[in-house]
Amino acid sequence: MQIILEYWPLLLTGIGTTIALTLLGYVFALVLGTALAVCRVSPIPPLRAAATVYVEIFRNIPLLSLLILIAFGLPDVGLVLPYFWCGVLGLTLSSAAFVCENIRSGINTVPIGHAEAARSIGLGFFGVLRFVILPQAFRTMVQPLVNVFIGTLIGSSLCAAITVTETTYVTQQLNIRTAEAVFLFLVAGVVYLSLSLLAAWAGRRIEAAVAPGDRRARGGDGPARGAGLRLQGAGQA
Amino acid sequence: MNDAREPAAPRQPSPKQIGEPLISVRGVTKYFGDFAALTDIDLDIREREVVALIGASGSGKSTLCRCINRLETISDGEITIDGEPLPEEGRELTRLRSDVGMVFQSFNLFPHLKAIDNVSLGPRKVRRLPKAEAEARAVELLERVGLADKAQSLPTALSGGQQQRVAIARALAMEPKALLFDEPTSALDPEVINEVLDVMQELAERGMTMLVVTHEMGFARHVCDRVVYMDQAEIVEQGEPEQFFTAPQTQRARDFLSKILAH
Repeated sequence: MQIILEYWPLLLTGIGTTIALTLLGYVFALVLGTALAVCRVSPIPPLRAAATVYVEIFRNIPLLSLLILIAFGLPDVGLVLPYFWCGVLGLTLSSAAFVCENIRSGINTVPIGHAEAARSIGLGFFGVLRFVILPQAFRTMVQPLVNVFIGTLIGSSLCAAITVTETTYVTQQLNIRTAEAVFLFLVAGVVYLSLSLLAAWAGRRIEAAVAPGDRRARGGDGPARGAGLRLQGAGQA
Repeated sequence: MNDAREPAAPRQPSPKQIGEPLISVRGVTKYFGDFAALTDIDLDIREREVVALIGASGSGKSTLCRCINRLETISDGEITIDGEPLPEEGRELTRLRSDVGMVFQSFNLFPHLKAIDNVSLGPRKVRRLPKAEAEARAVELLERVGLADKAQSLPTALSGGQQQRVAIARALAMEPKALLFDEPTSALDPEVINEVLDVMQELAERGMTMLVVTHEMGFARHVCDRVVYMDQAEIVEQGEPEQFFTAPQTQRARDFLSKILAH
């Protein structure tokens, strides 16, 4: 306890940096991952291939290796970034691959008939995605995207290896000063756990907010008939 | 099978039909891998004409319907809509596609949108109509299919027949030159089939050009101007409904009719 009271400003800095790394990495990953997912379902083969190659590379390189490559490899080609931004870049590149795959599988849950109906009223590729596919797919993507968020949060601890003063790095530094490894890493664990639980809670709230349609239907005036017809339609399609 | 091909039925449309050919299918062939789904199909659908496309499952009638809207690419031949050939891809295709509405067997309403938004989506996002105008028109169309009171309902709160009528309103909202129906009543409970057929009959009477893939022989016989019978990827016979149903010219059509009209 004494340690926390004594070093709380440093700990808070660490927690703040962890949150900043996670949020920045995740938001950029959402943008990049969505763009990649659009490429993966696009009708243009080279775009599909490029996105597939990206995913296979960045999903399969350990984040630690990626961070070290960025922090110590980029200066060799003349690009010097602050370590914090190296961390953000590493988290973004890695999480974007997972975001892409989650969005793609979300897109695949939408029946192809809906896309055809959208095309038949004259919507183009982006219109179909924007107005018909993604709004439906998003509902099934919330939980997987929360998982990516938690992965990004946990992954941000590896930024300690490139001396970004986030929670794990601060914990290591305090351990060097005080030799209280078990206690300090328990504290760090509680920090990560709290943030993860917070993210999961937010995810559940978002999921409830975007999926009112299905629930209302189940309590609606013709649920049995609706469901039966849906099954019938599926059987004959 | 091909060498035993029966003589083609009279090609000319019945006298009551008016207008020039709106949809022209010329020598269209479609392969799925090695399987020929369509072989050398020629078909004209004239303005204000209502054509029933009938045949056994797997005869290629749905595929033909989907090819006309370019939901399937064709392997060979040409399809023109109002004189313009359907392009392979791109903006031109998107534009031409909205000239030909499509109603699907499984309705395919957008489940996250209310009935009114299902109908107004196309006019707003494709035709760029202001929201209020698009919604006013959507309400009119929902009224026309008898569903004004369901405008604010989500598709899951509607019966199959109601969903299909919303789907028809959605297709009409784009003010298409022609409507394609791909087995519009095959996924419906028997008691709601007529409410959909009534809407289709009203459209037919108002002069909408329609191609209807259907198993509803009553509708084909009494509402349609022409019946086109397909079997094994080709058009075997076509003609006026009365003549087709009472005196089919080909053995294959006779066999087909004896199977479906036995009971």
